[in-house]
Amino acid sequence: MAHDAFITEETIEGDPDGPLAGRTVAVKDNISTEGVRTTCGSAMLESYVPPYDATVVTRLKEAGATVVGKTNMDEFGMGTTTETSAFGATTNPVDPERVPGGSSGGSAAAVAAGEADLALGSDTGGSIRCPAAFCGVVGIKPTYGLVSRYGLVAYANSLEQIGPLAPTVEEAAELLDVIAGPDERDATTREAGAESDYASAAVGDVEGLTLGVPTELLDGAEEAVVDAFEEALDAYRDAGASVEEVSLPSLEYGVAAYYVIAMSEASSNLARFDGVRYGESGGFEGNWNETFAETRASNFGEEVKRRVLLGTFALSAGYHDEYYERAQDARAWVRRDFDVAFEDVDVIASPTMPVLPPRLGESLDDPLRMYLADANTVPVNLANLPAISVPAGESPDGLPVGLQLVGPKFAEARVVNAGALLA
Amino acid sequence: MSDSPVDDEEVRHVAGLARVDLSAADVERFTDQFAEILAHFETLEEVPDVESEPDRVNVMRADEVEESLDQDEALANAPEREDGFFKGPKVS
Repeated sequence: MAHDAFITEETIEGDPDGPLAGRTVAVKDNISTEGVRTTCGSAMLESYVPPYDATVVTRLKEAGATVVGKTNMDEFGMGTTTETSAFGATTNPVDPERVPGGSSGGSAAAVAAGEADLALGSDTGGSIRCPAAFCGVVGIKPTYGLVSRYGLVAYANSLEQIGPLAPTVEEAAELLDVIAGPDERDATTREAGAESDYASAAVGDVEGLTLGVPTELLDGAEEAVVDAFEEALDAYRDAGASVEEVSLPSLEYGVAAYYVIAMSEASSNLARFDGVRYGESGGFEGNWNETFAETRASNFGEEVKRRVLLGTFALSAGYHDEYYERAQDARAWVRRDFDVAFEDVDVIASPTMPVLPPRLGESLDDPLRMYLADANTVPVNLANLPAISVPAGESPDGLPVGLQLVGPKFAEARVVNAGALLA
Repeated sequence: MSDSPVDDEEVRHVAGLARVDLSAADVERFTDQFAEILAHFETLEEVPDVESEPDRVNVMRADEVEESLDQDEALANAPEREDGFFKGPKVS
């Protein structure tokens, strides 16, 4: 297909009836599909075929959806551009010289190009919202515990959720209604979402709603992004909402806290890829440790190695207190800052990404710069909150800009309602 | 950054713990990048102590036998198997 949105194209028919009957859904390739290979964008899992479906895939089938393929992604979800995939880059349907964002870049590109009606992505630090913003579609990162992670190949368990991408807020909410709700196979799921009807909340009635704008999340943003964001805020004012500045000083530490925690969890989660139980085996000679180290060296890409090594370092003797413990303190601070802010405002608004979609190849040489581009999305994962990215307008060159709206825990209906004003 | 906690020896040590072989060029590149990234992480020193109330509950269930993958399904993705077991490299 034109934008290389898919790693594997395969039709999986759902039940004949259901709320998603007749709709096509693209599924990110870190979500297990029985009998259909699930690579996580990694050479390590190039030929891995799951023997079971993720809970969200079971629910898609029961809802009558047709799965049309497994979408490209940054390797194990580690990236902001979908360029770290072992299967090559996906291009942005809006401008083929630019990245679609990541890590769920294939899912966003498939929806933006009309190659699927809807898509599932996963969001550990912005991986649904970033590509939604860059491709001009809607993406929702649900409250932690709203959607089952059973069958999602883990990158950083304490941060990630599966969520929908769609052309409109209402369609994204319809897909969220299908996948939300408790699952006995994921002990972190809650009762919330069991009988949800988020789709009917997608009306855009913002009369009397208060949007809080954290000054910290505008400081580093590009001018074209800020301009589109301000225009979107005007649309909210015109529709009867009020906008006020809020300050969340902890957000300055969000990127550092997020990466320390995510890398630490990744170093543990990815220890399972040893080429014995599943995954590529090097067939190398030597003892257990030497064989593992060679298999992992040849089948993990650069960004995965970087995160696994930094995570191992952050958890290692002598450094654990300095990095991991402090990151947990920062996480608690971020949570508290949001709680305090929600005493005064209904939703928190910011640009989803502080930058426009970069050109292909532009971001890979400077990892820290790439991490800092996640400044607006990672605090939401640290605080376990729901957030939506909706198209907010365009830069003068026609590149999409996303508006992020964050709500209190399990207030999905509120962010869906507010987001529906724009899409 | 002369006060970086990582030099090339530390990068090799961590790579050993993580079971990832690195070439000499990898070690050199990661040593430079880690200095820059860890310098950013060190801003966490400025984070104040925050009282947090962990929002955790124990989720327990009865330990009952349920349907699960059979042995063939569980072994289906193993590169090598023998007599119904995973086959791995030598332990030492």
